[in-house]
Amino acid sequence: MSKKQKGGQNLNSYQIRRPLKRMFPLFILPTFLCFIIGFIWPFLQGIYLSFTDFMVPSDAELTVIPAIEAAQKDPSLITEAGGSFSYYMDAMFQNYRKAFEDPSFSRAFWNTAGFAVVSIVAINVIAFAIAYALTQKMRGSNLFRTVFFMPNLIGGVVLGYIWSMIFDAILKQYATYLTANSTYGFWGLVILVAWQQIGYIMIIYIAGLQSVSEDMLEAARIDGANGWQTLFRVTIPNVMPSITICTFLTLTNSFKMFDQNMALTGGDPTITLAGGAQIKSTELLALNIYSTYKIGRRWHGTAQAKAVIFFLLVAVLAIAQLTATRKKEVQQ
Amino acid sequence: MKKIISMLLVLVMMVGMCAMFAGCNQEEEKGSVYYLNFKPEADEAWQKLAAEYTELTGVEVKVVTAASGTYSDKLNSEMAKGDDAPTLFQCGNAQGLLDWGDYCLDLSNTDVYKEMTTDDFNLRDDSGAVKAIGYCYEAFGIIVNKALLKQAGYEITDITDFASLKQIAEDIHARAGELGFDAFASSGLDGSSSWRFSGHLANMPLYYEFRDDEVTKQPATIKGTYLDNYRNIWDLYINNSAADKTSLSTATGDESQAEFGTGKAVFWQQGTWEYANLVGEKYNMKAEDLQMIPIYCGVEGEAKAALCCGTENCWAVNAKASKADQDATLEFLKWVVTSESGTKMMAEQFGPIPFKAAKEPENVFFADANKLIADGNYTVTWAFNHTPNVDAWRAGVVSALTAYSADQTDDNWAAVETAFVDGWAAQYKVQEGG
Repeated sequence: MSKKQKGGQNLNSYQIRRPLKRMFPLFILPTFLCFIIGFIWPFLQGIYLSFTDFMVPSDAELTVIPAIEAAQKDPSLITEAGGSFSYYMDAMFQNYRKAFEDPSFSRAFWNTAGFAVVSIVAINVIAFAIAYALTQKMRGSNLFRTVFFMPNLIGGVVLGYIWSMIFDAILKQYATYLTANSTYGFWGLVILVAWQQIGYIMIIYIAGLQSVSEDMLEAARIDGANGWQTLFRVTIPNVMPSITICTFLTLTNSFKMFDQNMALTGGDPTITLAGGAQIKSTELLALNIYSTYKIGRRWHGTAQAKAVIFFLLVAVLAIAQLTATRKKEVQQ
Repeated sequence: MKKIISMLLVLVMMVGMCAMFAGCNQEEEKGSVYYLNFKPEADEAWQKLAAEYTELTGVEVKVVTAASGTYSDKLNSEMAKGDDAPTLFQCGNAQGLLDWGDYCLDLSNTDVYKEMTTDDFNLRDDSGAVKAIGYCYEAFGIIVNKALLKQAGYEITDITDFASLKQIAEDIHARAGELGFDAFASSGLDGSSSWRFSGHLANMPLYYEFRDDEVTKQPATIKGTYLDNYRNIWDLYINNSAADKTSLSTATGDESQAEFGTGKAVFWQQGTWEYANLVGEKYNMKAEDLQMIPIYCGVEGEAKAALCCGTENCWAVNAKASKADQDATLEFLKWVVTSESGTKMMAEQFGPIPFKAAKEPENVFFADANKLIADGNYTVTWAFNHTPNVDAWRAGVVSALTAYSADQTDDNWAAVETAFVDGWAAQYKVQEGG
C-alpha cells in the first residue's frame, strides 16, 4: 500500500495499520535481540575468529599480526613470498589454506556429499511410498502413522548408541563389527538416519497428499488414467510444495548431521593414508570441524575457518535447491 | 486474562534483567577458588573437602568435575568465561603445556611448591618456570586376584617374567570351564577402555625404545623397535579371556571392572586408582587378595622391572585469574597438602603424594609399587606422556588394534605398526600445526 491511497475503501485498513506500523519495533525488538545475541553476534565473531589464532575466543590474535612483525624483522620474507600482497594474503587466509589442504576435510566433504545424495533419495522415496500407502483407505492407518513417527522422538545421540549395538550384534554373526571399515559405517548411518527421519517426512507428505483435491483425482479416473498415470501426472505435481520442503529438510539435515555420526561411529575407523596422514574415514563435515578443534590450539582457527566454509556451502546448496524446486510447483 | 499474562511476562523479563545486573555487580571482596577437577572418582571427596574449607575460612571453593573423558572440552569452554574461569585446573603432559602454557602461573615461589618433596612430577617450560605441579603419582600394571590364582594352583611368586605369565594364563584359560573364571578380564576397545591399551600398554614399547635411544623430550619420529613385544602381550590378553575377540570394539571399561571385581577373571590391566573401587562396597574385594605386578611383554631383563609410575595429575593455577583469586587458590592448595583433613583425603584418593606432610596410604598397590622399587627394580616411567596429538594417535592405534583382534594375521598387525610408527610422525606434524 502506498501512501497515496489514503481515501476511499483503503482508509479503514490504513487507520488500523498506522498505530501497528508505528509500534512494530516494539513487537520485533525482543525476538530481534534474541536473534542478535544468539545468532548474528556469534556468527560475526565466528568469521572474525577464522582469521585468528586462539586457545579461547577471548584472547584471539589475528594470524596476520605475527606475520607483520616477522616481516618487519626480516623483510626478505616478503620477497620470498613473491611480493607483499601475496605474503599478507597468505598470512591472513592461513587458516583457510590449512583447511583446504587438510585431507580429512576433503574426505569429510565427499562423505557428506555421498551421504546427502543417498539419504535424500532413500528418505524421500520411502517416506512418500509410506505416506501414499497410509492415505489409501486402510484399517489402522492412524496406528501406523504413529508408529512410523515415533523414532523421530528419540534424540540423535541415543539413537546412535542404540544402533551401534544393533549393528554390532548383527555383524557379530559374520565375525566382524561396525567400525571394521568405512562402508559399514556409511551405510549404518544411512539406515539410522532413514529410520529416524522417514516418519517425520512421511507426516509432511501425508498432509500434502490429503490436500490433493478429490475432484481432480476423479476427473483423472473418468478420463481413463490408470493408477501410475494418476500418481505421476496428477498427484505428484500437486504435492510438489511438500516435495520442496522435504528435500530441503533432508538436504540440510544430512549436511548438518552431527550427533548420529558422532554416536554411531565417531568417525572411526581411522585410516592411515600413503604419506602418513591419518584420517577418520566415516567423518562428516560437522564432526570433522569438531574434531579439528579438538586437536589443540594450533587448529582452533582452522576449525573456525572450516565452519565458515561449511556455512557458505550449506547456504548456497539450500538456496540453489529451493529455487530449483520452486519452479516445478503447480500454482493452484 | 490477557492483561494478567502480559503482566506475568513483563515480570519474568524484569526478574531476568535483575538477575543479570545482580550477577554483574557482585563485588569481589576476597578471592574465591574454582577448581575444575578431572577425576570423576574423586569428585565426592573434593566436594566434601571444599565445603570443609569454606566453613573453616569463609572462602568460597567451587569444585566442578568434568564427566569422564570430557575434561579438555570442559576446560576449553570454562576458560572462555573470563572472570568466571577456573582458578585451578589440571595440565598434565606435553600436549597440555602446549595448549595451556600461557594460562599457567609460575608456581616456583609459592608455599605449596615449597611443601613438595620432589620435582620429578612437575612440568616446567623451556625457561624453567614451574607451570604445573604433580600432586600425586600413579602406577599401573596387571592387577592379580591372588585368591583365584591360588584356586587355579599357582602362587603370585610363580610369575616372574613373560614366559611364566603366559604359561599360567594359558593354563587358566584352558581350564576356564572347570574353574569358573578366566585368565584376563576383557580388553575392551570401546572409548571407555581403549586407553588402557593405546595409552598404558603402548607405554611398554615406547618406554623401552626411549630407554635404548636415550630420548627425554618428545621425539618427532619413533622406530617401533619393541612392537613385537606389544603384540606378544596383546595376544596374551585377548587369547586368554572369556571376551569375544570380534566384539572388543564395544566392550567397555565397566564391563572389565565388573568381570574382575566379581571374580570372573584373575588378571586385569589397570592402575592404582582402581583400588578404592575394588575394595569398596560394590565389589568388596579383600585387600590381601590384591596385588599389582609389572606388565611383562618379553623384553630382555624385564624380570627386574617395577610398575609403570608417573602422573598426569598436575595442578596449574590460572595465570589470567585475578590476583585475589590466585592468592585464594594458592592458600587453598597449601591447606590441602598440609592440613589434617586435606592430607587424609589426598592419601585416600590419590595415594602417596609428594608433599612433606603426606600421610601413608592404605592402597596396597602403592605398597607393591614401592616394594618393587625398594628391591632394586627399575621404574617404567610414563613414556606415553610424549605422545603427539594424543587422541588422534590413540584413535589410529585403536582402529588398527580392533581390526587385528578380530583377525590376528600378520597383515593386520602390519597395520597396527603403521598406525603406531607412521601415525606418530604424522600426528607430530599435525600437532605442530602443519
